[in-house]
Amino acid sequence: MTDTATRDSEVVGGRVGKGLQSLSSFSSGQTKLEILAIIATAVVVIGGMELALLWFEVPQYVLPRPSEIVVALVGDFHLILPHLGHTLVVLFSGFAIGAGIGIVLAAVITQFPFAEKIIAPYILILVTTPMLALVPLLILRFGFGYEPRIIAVALASGPMVMINSATGFRRVDANKIALARSYGASTLQIFWKIRAPMALPMILVGLMIGAIFGLLTAVGAGMVGGGFGLGNRLTTYSSMIQMPQFFGVVLILSILGILIYVTFYLIGKKWASWEA
Amino acid sequence: MAAEVKLAVRGAGKRYGEMDALKDCSLDVAPNSIVSIVGPSGCGKTTLLWSMSGLHGLTSGEVLLDGRRITGPHPDIGLVFQEANLLPWRNLMDNILFPFEVKHQKPDHGWIAHLLERVGLTGFEKNFPNELSGGMQQRASIVRALSLRPSVLLMDEPFGALDAFTREEMNQLVEEIWMETHTTIVFITHSIEEALFLSDKVVVLTPRPGRVLNTYEVPFERPRTMEIMAGKEVYDLTYRIKADIYGQSRMQARAAE
Ligand SMILES: Nc1ncnc2c1ncn2[C@@H]1O[C@H](COP(=O)(O)OP(=O)(O)OP(=O)(O)O)[C@@H](O)[C@H]1O
Ligand SMILES: [Mg+2]
Repeated sequence: MTDTATRDSEVVGGRVGKGLQSLSSFSSGQTKLEILAIIATAVVVIGGMELALLWFEVPQYVLPRPSEIVVALVGDFHLILPHLGHTLVVLFSGFAIGAGIGIVLAAVITQFPFAEKIIAPYILILVTTPMLALVPLLILRFGFGYEPRIIAVALASGPMVMINSATGFRRVDANKIALARSYGASTLQIFWKIRAPMALPMILVGLMIGAIFGLLTAVGAGMVGGGFGLGNRLTTYSSMIQMPQFFGVVLILSILGILIYVTFYLIGKKWASWEA
Repeated sequence: MAAEVKLAVRGAGKRYGEMDALKDCSLDVAPNSIVSIVGPSGCGKTTLLWSMSGLHGLTSGEVLLDGRRITGPHPDIGLVFQEANLLPWRNLMDNILFPFEVKHQKPDHGWIAHLLERVGLTGFEKNFPNELSGGMQQRASIVRALSLRPSVLLMDEPFGALDAFTREEMNQLVEEIWMETHTTIVFITHSIEEALFLSDKVVVLTPRPGRVLNTYEVPFERPRTMEIMAGKEVYDLTYRIKADIYGQSRMQARAAE
């Protein structure tokens, strides 16, 4: 028999992984040599920056040296940590609310193509309008606490999750639904066993983009709303010309962004790798 | 002669909007027999088969299983789709267990293991569909359909997408399965060779709207050897069925000029 040997199946983390192919090489198996090369490159780049900034005597308020950033970050971490906590609370609660509503709305609305057509423009407006613009208004209404920021994050991530999830739920495969129906599946069973898994890869894409948008908004709201949060730290440190601390916060933000990406990449690899 | 009938289609008609896909189509399927349906592309074969499975209703006429009218998907009827139609997010075993899950029914693991063995898929239970060849996927879908022990198996061009060699292997597999289970099979195909190898009866449909044009008995014993299949009788039948099908489209082409 010709087909008893399994074909090599490339393991790709679904569409989530496809978006950024270069990053997807992170989690695929690497040889020792490759890992060495990656570390060596990082050392050369960071070390080169350090030396170049020293050599050209670039003032610290223009661009601090990597070593200064690390020293400031470690030294002032106890001061930054509470703000990191605030931002994470805002991000997680806003994202959970926005994503939850987004997924449910997408699942419901795609069942009614007519209603979907009518609602689509409004969703598009929600997706394309930077929700940061609403923060001053939200502060007027809800004060300087967590609420306006959580709402802004939910408004920023929700529509993004919804629009992508809707694309997923719209991918109906008549044959797969017929298969389920031929075994007497109920509408609910068809939803959970056919439509939802079929939509999952796109839902994950939506969640990833939504989470990144949420992070942007959480930080931006902190810059506008003052008082607390990593965004607030950025404005404070820059106004006090504490550039090493400022870049330390920037570094934390990029790590958060990468963590979001890697999280959804790994989830996609585990649960949506069938869509290679 | 009042021959026994397992599955009967009586005056079936199906309209899609203004278009008739099937019109006044009638045929009988004897118990434990294999009936093939051939006909030009788009003549309504899938429409007919889905009606027989109860997946969709008819505009007119009826389908009878053991004399009782079919009104919806029936547990006694198994369906094999045009493509393997496996769920890509489930491994092979979970695909086969899907019907049991939907029905909240305990699977007969012994029978499933036997079927997997029979079609040569033992050891691939944990593989995902995209790791299996087209032939293996279609074999898995046959196992899925047979796992519930249906008394009628409806197959919609199951091997249409496979290469000629795999296709012949699969035909032999269907023959073997039939010799073991004697399941009544309705088999749609574009291949006259396949139809004659497998069936007791070949039904030729007209172009759309589908109606029965001719029915041919294929009275050879099983297993059908290469000698039988290369014989004059098979040759003659092939010729007549081809004349039915190509004659129609040629006449159509002329009429259109
Ligand atoms: N859901 C539907 N809505 C409208 N028209 C349909 C629908 N399903 C099938 N048709 C039409 O009905 C006709 C018969 O379709 P059907 O799929 O039954 O043909 P078929 O004989 O199985 O074709 P093939 O050999 O290509 O598989 C075709 O013209 C098709 O376009
Ligand atoms: Mg068809």
